[in-house]
Amino acid sequence: MAKDGAAAGEARKSSLIHDPAFRSIAFQIVLLALVLFVGWYLFQNTTQNLASRNIASGFGFLDQPAGFDIIQTLIPFSQSATYGEAFIVALLNTVLISAFGIVFATIIGFIVGIARLSNNWIVARLATVYVETLRNIPLLLQIFFWYFAVLRALPGPRDSHNAFDAFFLNQRGLYFPAPVMEDGFWTIPVAFLIGVAIAFGVSRWARKRLMETGRQFHSFWVGLGVIVALPVLAALVTGVPFTWELPELKGFNFKGGVVVIPEFMAVLFALSLYTASFIAEVVRSGILAVSKGQTEAAHALGLRHGLTLRLVVIPQALRVMIPPMTSQYLNLLKNSSLGAAVGYPELVAVVAGTVLNQTGQAIEVIALTMAVYLTFSLLISLFMNWYNARKALVER
Amino acid sequence: MSTDTDAYVFTPTPPQPPPANTVGVVGWLRGNLFNGWFNSLLTIAAIYLLYLTIPPLINWAFLSATFSGTDRTACEASPDGACWTFIKVRFNQILFGFYPDGEQWRPIVTFVVGLGALVSTVFRTPARRWTVLFLLTLYPVAAFFLLAGGYFGLTEVETAKWGGLTVTLVVSVTGIVASFPIGIVLALGRRSNMPIVRSACVVFIELVRGVPLISVLFMASVMLPLFLPEGMNFNKLLRALVGVTLFTAAYMAEVVRGGLQAVPKGQYEGAAALGLGYWRMMILIILPQALKLVIPSIVNSFISLFKDTTLVYIVGLFDVLEIIRVSTKDANWIGLEKEGYVFAALMFWVFCFAMSRVSLRIEKRLDTSHRK
Repeated sequence: MAKDGAAAGEARKSSLIHDPAFRSIAFQIVLLALVLFVGWYLFQNTTQNLASRNIASGFGFLDQPAGFDIIQTLIPFSQSATYGEAFIVALLNTVLISAFGIVFATIIGFIVGIARLSNNWIVARLATVYVETLRNIPLLLQIFFWYFAVLRALPGPRDSHNAFDAFFLNQRGLYFPAPVMEDGFWTIPVAFLIGVAIAFGVSRWARKRLMETGRQFHSFWVGLGVIVALPVLAALVTGVPFTWELPELKGFNFKGGVVVIPEFMAVLFALSLYTASFIAEVVRSGILAVSKGQTEAAHALGLRHGLTLRLVVIPQALRVMIPPMTSQYLNLLKNSSLGAAVGYPELVAVVAGTVLNQTGQAIEVIALTMAVYLTFSLLISLFMNWYNARKALVER
Repeated sequence: MSTDTDAYVFTPTPPQPPPANTVGVVGWLRGNLFNGWFNSLLTIAAIYLLYLTIPPLINWAFLSATFSGTDRTACEASPDGACWTFIKVRFNQILFGFYPDGEQWRPIVTFVVGLGALVSTVFRTPARRWTVLFLLTLYPVAAFFLLAGGYFGLTEVETAKWGGLTVTLVVSVTGIVASFPIGIVLALGRRSNMPIVRSACVVFIELVRGVPLISVLFMASVMLPLFLPEGMNFNKLLRALVGVTLFTAAYMAEVVRGGLQAVPKGQYEGAAALGLGYWRMMILIILPQALKLVIPSIVNSFISLFKDTTLVYIVGLFDVLEIIRVSTKDANWIGLEKEGYVFAALMFWVFCFAMSRVSLRIEKRLDTSHRK
């Protein structure tokens, strides 16, 4: 048939326009030309505009001193630091809020999702109300609510809420004691790492033994015990090589200790609670996707409800949940940019806000911001694809 | 063997009533709230939680709240309650922004007509096709002229004066309507056999989906002026619309692609066998089936777009949330953030919840599969 078509095509040379192959190539060339032309046109306009507005181009500005302060920095940062360092600080803040957000949203989401399926009427209703309320209210509004209506309405430092004279909550944030390291402090993190390694080894050994002999081992509790006990032991042996620095009211504000700024809390609350409502739905549909026969069979084998959920239902539900969960995590990462609206110093606030205003180099700054989000999106989806491949059903 | 006279007659004993603790209110309570110690504990905890939250909330929002008056002093009598006077005084601005007082019938007419037409398409009305056609073609044009004015004897209202719910609705409705055709083209392009077309569409879709809307809006507000020839300028509303439309189009493309993939291959082959060309195959055979499959997802995109319109404050527009935020900064009304944001939340919730119900309804009605 193809041969006939080719023959017919040769016979009617004049009607090249009816040849699908030719048309597709011609169309693509036209499209490419159009894209290139538009690109060239925009480039022309942009260079002209930049020249007439005296805006520099290139990424040279990253080495210039920034001259502004950032209210939350994970690494040392001062006004004399460069724009490049400000970018790193902002990047770390975005990573910090996203990481905390993902952890909390997952925990709350799992609890609410399972609660929606509970056979306890009132708990199931409450979970439904939670999901239907929070996911139908814009995230930005929730951030504003937490920030302006709740955290900014807290009392000032002098009348702050106080717990044990060590934890203080006021308008300026949440203050809690900070450990001050002394000589020999390094033993504690080392002991912690050793504990993690031992716990990992124990869980692998227990799993292998379970597969071979069917004998169970409480590897979770043992692992947890080792992880907690080793650092404590290390601390006792070296004579507690740290002290707690308590926050103290000095003048108008607290000094010392660790402070969690209200911007961080507001964004974290809103982001975790909002995303949790979507994760709850993902969890619920994942669990519903596991057929009832699986639960019944597990009950028939004598597994109790909690064990059924943990050993039979959730492992199978995870497979269904992973792809939508990935997109929720990506959404959370992208939504962390809304922190800019209340002044949480994350990527958009610092780079697309302050740096852009000071340098005026819109194209480089926006490109940098977008590149970061694209990279993160790619990394998270790569990781989740890897995880998905590991957890996927191995069919024979 | 036995005589006929003493034949055993079977008289069933009447069934005993079920145990008292499994029927009625008590039975329901035992079955649903107090089955097992863990559930009982949960129930008690939940009831305690409700006791802690609901009565104070009702007290704050209704019993001790102030509804009357025209300024702050009216609320001073009951400081424990909400000051709804604030919302009452600002209500006009929340709906229309700075739209001139005498002209506010125009947004009202626009939305009532639009909403009426939209609602009539959800229910089975006779002229549904025509209503849909009206909504997609004549209505946007008419709405623009009615809102912006400047023709037919209507006074011109520049877009800088639009605000509140008007802007929220204009941005979200325009965003969804304009992104729909672009999304379809992108989805078709992504499934095309032509490598250049396909890669162009994939790059656009993945680029846009990988970045937050806030950065797209930043781009629309600071980079768009750089891209255009000197002297040419966009107003803020148009900038927001360009950003929102491009952003939504990428998501719409993925929604439509889902529909295209769900149409069985036989449909494509059948259309090709009938001798239909690419466009006729798509328009007559494939798209009607694909789009029908994804109507619920389109409504969901609309819901998320509606929530995302709160971000247009980036380009300097005054949507509902921004109007309320600015109002709470007003020296006369300072400290009323709770009232403002609770009211805004209620407004968004009503819209989004109603739309999600509509989406469920459409999903049920369009479900022509024979799944049980």
